[in-house]
Amino acid sequence: MTPIIPAVTIQDLTVAYRDSPVLWDIDVTIPVGVMMAIVGPNGAGKTTLLKSVLGLIRPASGNILILGKPYAQQRRQVGYVPQRNSVDWDFPTSAWDVVTMGRYGHLGWIRRPSKADLQLAMDALEKVGMADFANRQINQLSGGQQQRVFLARALVQAADIYFLDEPFAGVDAATEAAIVLVLKELKRQGKTLIVVHHDLQTLKEYFDWILMLNVHLVGCGPIDTVLTEANLKIAYGGRTAFIPYV
Amino acid sequence: MMSAQFEIMVIAAIVAAACALPGVFLVLRGMALMSDAISHAVLLGVVVSFFWIQDLHSPLLMVGASLAGILTIALTELLVQSKRLKQDAAIGLVFPVFFSLGVILISRYAGNIHLDTDAVLLGELAFAPFHRLTAFGFDIGPYAMWTMGIVLLINSLFVSIFYKELKLVTFDSSLASALGFYPVVLHYLLMTLTSITAVGAFDAVGSILVVALMITPAACAYLLTERLSTMIGLSVGIGIFSAVSGFGLATALDASIAGSMATMCGVLFTLILIFSPGRGLLMKLLKARSQRLLFASRLLCVQLFSHENQPDSDEEATIDNMIIHMGWKATFAKRVSQLAVQKELIFRQGRLMHLTPLGRETAKVIMLNCKMPDTSSL
Repeated sequence: MTPIIPAVTIQDLTVAYRDSPVLWDIDVTIPVGVMMAIVGPNGAGKTTLLKSVLGLIRPASGNILILGKPYAQQRRQVGYVPQRNSVDWDFPTSAWDVVTMGRYGHLGWIRRPSKADLQLAMDALEKVGMADFANRQINQLSGGQQQRVFLARALVQAADIYFLDEPFAGVDAATEAAIVLVLKELKRQGKTLIVVHHDLQTLKEYFDWILMLNVHLVGCGPIDTVLTEANLKIAYGGRTAFIPYV
Repeated sequence: MMSAQFEIMVIAAIVAAACALPGVFLVLRGMALMSDAISHAVLLGVVVSFFWIQDLHSPLLMVGASLAGILTIALTELLVQSKRLKQDAAIGLVFPVFFSLGVILISRYAGNIHLDTDAVLLGELAFAPFHRLTAFGFDIGPYAMWTMGIVLLINSLFVSIFYKELKLVTFDSSLASALGFYPVVLHYLLMTLTSITAVGAFDAVGSILVVALMITPAACAYLLTERLSTMIGLSVGIGIFSAVSGFGLATALDASIAGSMATMCGVLFTLILIFSPGRGLLMKLLKARSQRLLFASRLLCVQLFSHENQPDSDEEATIDNMIIHMGWKATFAKRVSQLAVQKELIFRQGRLMHLTPLGRETAKVIMLNCKMPDTSSL
């Protein structure tokens, strides 16, 4: 029997800005094929965790493996949807072009996108319901449409593991539904989805796995075992308003 | 053999094109001020390497100057990373120190050679044709034309080879990093080229014009297009146009060439800011006006619809009534009803206005959705 390689393994991860820790001694194993939410209060280190896994932040300590290897060797297996407000949407380019950027990792240095890459980008736009907006300047898109463009860009990365940083923040209900549909389709294909999520109300509806965080790891596992009253109290500081979501 | 006038124009055009290329990325990255910093800081590099090499025309001067430019950027970034200063303050701190050191060194030790501070700020294009390059005993043109020609070639190669990478890093540097492109490396490459361009150009046109030629064409092009590749082409074109027309202005006014070129840059930008079809102020104003009218004409449909077939419909359906009830000015009310007629939403019968089937449908849709249809597609 071959050992099962987890999607993501995080060992002893500590991240600090100067001398204050943002993440403290995180040990997590995320199996392949789950749809996992990362939850925790503001400042819990959710985005930092994501960025550490993607090598965008240098941790103070820790070892992170993607499908058993360091991230630098697995870039093509990983798709990434950053927070929407992390880029300048006035940049002179079209929705189609932004989605095509998702192919750049496969292209490597210097090589330009081919017709096939452009077609893949168009297919992805179609999948998120944005094909009609392909040639729109990106600042003429609504927040929800911009988020869908970002999702389409991750889709063309054709990855095995997807990291999404608050894909539902500030989007309309129709976009949220469209995004969830695409994510569930990816899960059906056996992909692993790791999503920084804010809305505790929809946790159980969307996700089957959860990582609860507040600088320290509160819990990580199947949603039914981790989303407990006790854990919520630890993560959110005993504010009972969250209990109904258990 | 070209005339001196024509040579000056060619040099100015090459300088403008060479500056516009890195300028596009500086503007898009919100680093326009960096060009100011670099174009001044390179003076220290030129002076220090001159003391070392003792030849004002050695290419090694360019290397020294570029190093000074890169050092400026590195120091600025160190200061920003210390989180004690914002970027603009850090830039404002570093380059005046470098520039002043250069000025002191010139005035103290280089008083008797051709390295004067006026020329550094404003350059002297008019003298550029006198400094010539010879190969195998033949005169092959002004020195500045060759140096800037090479700089232009390097910049063009860099932008065309790394177009995709520059675009990604500028738009979304964290994705670039996640995909395995190195934003820091590209950043420093871009800054190195900016330095080399600034050094080459400031010898010919001075540091003020370097800033004008790097930033203004890019800022103009940004207002004119929604595609990066077009923006690059337009920047180069606008830069060349400002340089050549500025030269014409200088000849006509018998004024400073560099000053006239920078002025043309400013004039061109102002015109584009007002009249650009996409992002110009005038278009924005006109669009807002027509959106307001269209919105009002739909509001009129709703108003007419809700009073249709009611006892008071005759009183409600007049322009006078619109003026009173909707609180509109008489001229506005007239324009609204004209637009509604023109769009076949209503038709007029003496004083009265009646909905057309299209107008009735419009009103129903609006009331059903509690929302106006999109007016931005005008």
